[in-house]
Amino acid sequence: MATAEVEKQRGRYAALSIAAVVIAVGIPLWWKTTETYRAWLPYSQIAELDSMQLQLSVEVEVVFSRGTLTPEQQKKLPLTQNREQHHQVDANTGLTYRYETKYRTATIMEEDALGQPTAEEADLTLHQLSASPCGSVVVYVIPDSSMLLGEGVRVYVGQRRTALLRRQLGPGENLKDLEPHIEQVVQTMSFSHGDITAALSDRIRVSRLNKEGLPDSMRAFKSSPGYEITFSLLNPDPKSHNLQWEIEGALHSYIQPLLDKLAPVANFSVDSQILYYAVLGVNPRYDNSVSAYTLSADSLAHVINPVEARLGSNAASSNPVLNFLLYVPDAHHSPLFIRDHNKNMVATNAFHSPRWGGIMVYNVNDHYGPEALFPVDIDIDMTRVMGVFLAQLRFLLGVQQTRPPPGFVLQSPGSAGLTDWELDRLMWSRSVENVATASTTITSLAQLLDQIGNIVINDNIAQQVYSAVTSLQAAVAELEAGNLAFALQYSREAVLASERAFFDPSLLHLLYFPDDQKFAIYIPLFLPMCVPILLSLLKMAGDLRQRRSEQHVKRD
Amino acid sequence: MAAYKHSAVLLLCCFALVSDRTLASKPDQNRAEPEPGPESHARKSDAISPREDDSNREPEPEPAGSVQEDPGSRWQATEALDPAEEAAGTRRRAPNDQFQEELVIRPLSSGDIYSSFQFRTRWDTDFFKPGRKVANYRLFPKSLGQVITKFSVRELHVSFTQGFWRTMQWGPPFLSAPPGAELWVWFQDTVTDVDGAWKELTNVLSGIFCASLNFIDSTNTVQPSASFKPLGVGNVTNQKFLRYAVLPREIVCTENLTPWKKLLPCGSKTGLAVLLKSEKLFHSSFHSQAVHIRPVCQNWECKSTSWELRQTLNVVFDLHTSGQSKREWSLFKMFSRTLTEACPLASSSKIYVDVTDNSQGALFELSPSTPSLSQAVVLGDRRTYSVYDLVNPDAFGAQRSLNILLRWRTADSADALRPLLHGERYVAGYGLQTGEIHTLIYNNHPYRAFPVLLLDTVPWYLRLYIHTLSVTSRARDNKPSYIHYQPSKDRLRPHLLEMLLQLPPNSVTEVTVQFERALLKWTEYTPDPNHGFYVGHSMGVSILYSILGSWSSVAMDTNVCVSVFPCKEESTYFVRVYTEPLLVNLPTPDFSMPYNVICLTCTVVAVGYGSLYNLLTRTFQVDEPSPSLAKRLANIIRRMRGVPLL
Repeated sequence: MATAEVEKQRGRYAALSIAAVVIAVGIPLWWKTTETYRAWLPYSQIAELDSMQLQLSVEVEVVFSRGTLTPEQQKKLPLTQNREQHHQVDANTGLTYRYETKYRTATIMEEDALGQPTAEEADLTLHQLSASPCGSVVVYVIPDSSMLLGEGVRVYVGQRRTALLRRQLGPGENLKDLEPHIEQVVQTMSFSHGDITAALSDRIRVSRLNKEGLPDSMRAFKSSPGYEITFSLLNPDPKSHNLQWEIEGALHSYIQPLLDKLAPVANFSVDSQILYYAVLGVNPRYDNSVSAYTLSADSLAHVINPVEARLGSNAASSNPVLNFLLYVPDAHHSPLFIRDHNKNMVATNAFHSPRWGGIMVYNVNDHYGPEALFPVDIDIDMTRVMGVFLAQLRFLLGVQQTRPPPGFVLQSPGSAGLTDWELDRLMWSRSVENVATASTTITSLAQLLDQIGNIVINDNIAQQVYSAVTSLQAAVAELEAGNLAFALQYSREAVLASERAFFDPSLLHLLYFPDDQKFAIYIPLFLPMCVPILLSLLKMAGDLRQRRSEQHVKRD
Repeated sequence: MAAYKHSAVLLLCCFALVSDRTLASKPDQNRAEPEPGPESHARKSDAISPREDDSNREPEPEPAGSVQEDPGSRWQATEALDPAEEAAGTRRRAPNDQFQEELVIRPLSSGDIYSSFQFRTRWDTDFFKPGRKVANYRLFPKSLGQVITKFSVRELHVSFTQGFWRTMQWGPPFLSAPPGAELWVWFQDTVTDVDGAWKELTNVLSGIFCASLNFIDSTNTVQPSASFKPLGVGNVTNQKFLRYAVLPREIVCTENLTPWKKLLPCGSKTGLAVLLKSEKLFHSSFHSQAVHIRPVCQNWECKSTSWELRQTLNVVFDLHTSGQSKREWSLFKMFSRTLTEACPLASSSKIYVDVTDNSQGALFELSPSTPSLSQAVVLGDRRTYSVYDLVNPDAFGAQRSLNILLRWRTADSADALRPLLHGERYVAGYGLQTGEIHTLIYNNHPYRAFPVLLLDTVPWYLRLYIHTLSVTSRARDNKPSYIHYQPSKDRLRPHLLEMLLQLPPNSVTEVTVQFERALLKWTEYTPDPNHGFYVGHSMGVSILYSILGSWSSVAMDTNVCVSVFPCKEESTYFVRVYTEPLLVNLPTPDFSMPYNVICLTCTVVAVGYGSLYNLLTRTFQVDEPSPSLAKRLANIIRRMRGVPLL
């Protein structure tokens, strides 16, 4: 009996030790060998990014020229003053605008500059005196008696970052009375709440946006590190028209200055091509009243499709392409005019398609008479064409149309096609948009990786995520500090890194590996191995319980 | 290949599904937004127009330089153009690019018909001029121009071929191409990472031509040491910048033709390209389309280069399937179209019909007949062509449509043009372990020996035993004068064998080499592995002597020679000869095997483990041996009898 008991005991120990080996060695081994490599990601920092509290700081310098302040007001003038506005856009998106206003009186040189006969010259001289940093605004307060501004003009906004404000503080007034005016100027020259919320459209629902900024932001291309611009001349009838466009010179003198100016925002590459036998998708209708062919606004939507097949996608990069088409209707369908929704002729004969490009119809039928010998040589007036394309390019790149309040005069941007403050506005909204895009990308990537455990996370992806997160944090910090140029640069880096991480093909490798197939492979091994172990463990537990109860009974 | 495409699509679908499901929080960057339709912005941009009064002006074309003075324009360009440009703007500049199109029709002795299209675009430009930022494309396609610029390509040759050129039946082709896809590229010597550029380039080209060129990787790319020379100008022949790859499995179809046609300036709207209807072109015995880009001399002085894009398309229509066995061909019968006009952008647009064998119209009748004949030396042979010049409107006749009709007078065919050189290739041996590749090269010249440079690329999974390489002609050893052999590396690069052979006259030279078939990993098999694995052709390059000997031509229209074929009026010419690709069976497992193996192994493990486990955990005790059956029976009887038990 004793030997039997010993033998039983030995069997029990054997079963236990096998179970122990399986648990201690087998399971970790299996775990280790079937594990997918998942590098560690900064989840907590990403979660912090999800609730975005942005603070945008603008430096405003208010310079009082002689005669705008009484001496005691001048004494009371504070050096700096900070004003903050907070907007809670969304449950986890908040915006704080911080205006750091510095007050000072004008220097002698500036007084001289303000003494120039016209506002433009004053603007230029002031700019030469001191170039203000990117993102800042300088407001010169000039007396009512100043001759710089014309009748009824309160504010003059120059080509750079300066504005002239005609406002004299009366003896009983103090700075508080000046503030609304300063604010108005700053709102015009720097970002407005509408712009910023429009830039956040990636994060927040459309219904929460104010409708005003929406068309502008929908029309513009999404922020991207680079854009490809293609100018195409569509000649559907090379048998009748031999078109010649001086595109090289036109690009050099009209487009390139604007692109040079926009260089901090994105890289641009420009191409042009001529496409023959490219026709529009709709047949224009002949209108007897104007004896011309017309395209109604409703049909414009169908115009592009057949043309687009010919345009050719960009082989060399994956940046978005802005298309500008110059369409010269064939001899039998000339002249061709576009009508808007109110059935009026569109003066420029051009239209644009949001986030795609612009099309201009260029009629050449009056370049030759009825007895002309085909093909006719025709030179295209590039000034007219480029004026339209330049304006469309500004829309599509997101340079917002400014609607100045009454009494404001905006200086036209001159040869560059873009003023400094317009560029600043664009950079503000691009930075915010980039920050929003990158943070959404990173958070959704983190969410995705969290949800699907099969995805392999390689070290390079983790590295991209890290660099995206650090760049994002840097961008947010720079926005807070008011360094617009750096903020934009960091935000671009963040977008690039986050996109690279998000679209990395290595994430896909093991994505499709369903659980049922895994079980199908494991069961033939696991079932026969685990069942005896489990059964003997159960039996042992049963024995133990029985013995306990027996002992209990005995003790009783 | 279809299966490859299919699986790629599937993969994409998977990703799309997954991303749809899981990325709901990330709206698509480009598309998901509710966009206002393109129609909604027919805006009157009155602030934009630089000159509102323009419509009232005289409708005369204006010089580009003179417009800057307008004070009313908002986007005033204050920067003056430099005077040289201004002057250039005022007069019409002669275009620096030109386009030519040609069709050569050659009736073949078998009754089939061979049509060869060639579209040639030349552009006097320098893609790599420093500081060149903007490219203004007119006739040259933008997509290819961008490829050249981005990847610093010096020469690019890509061909897609369906079917095999039957050299013995049809004679030599104008431009030979191997079945499947072939791509060879010379890069500029400024490229530092040639492999990286090659990889990216193949992917981009695969997008442009809708082909599976993205399957080109290091396992099928080679750098031949001697077989390729740049065809354009330039003297850099460092093989470091050359890459060559073949996809023998590639199937060519409409999806490759459409993007190819899109590269033509006139598209398929006018000119010879209207004939290119895919349902006819692909219902043929042989179809080959190619794109060749190379730098050529701008003029005879050759001080500056221009870029030449040649798009060729060769098609052979079969007498029985396309021609309903009637020995009568017309443009309409071949292409189901007739010609009505030339491409207005083309500086020349011509059709050549080979009438060499048809002296005095004995063989076939050609209508409409054309008086203009042209002679050219093509592939060492003097050929006579009837020329139809489409730029001349008279070519279209009264019906304003040209339908060239070619009616054979005799049913029996003339002698086939025997090619001087051709090759064959097959796999010998049995079983799935070893085999032997035989390459036969025929030299049909009665008395001349030719040197041939033979290029062979064999994938790594056929392991060549290079010591078994033997070259015999006329049952005698033929020692190659040059051998370049690069052994393969498993899963990294293929074998490359280049040999310079001297082919004796009127002989067959046989090159044999034995190989062993490797076992692939189970993920490396193609979707239909029992079909076999394609092994690319071998290629012979040779300089041949013309039958005519040195033939000095009289003045003649040499256009056909200059533009169609790489031929010179010399006694020698250059040919490439391709053999068939091989189809080799590799040992193919049953693909449920992995699961079976898993199940079997698990069962074995489970059985062994089970008995071991039993042995270890069971308790053994000595049992009282039970009495035997006889004893028990005896006891029962005894009990019944009342006798004491045993």
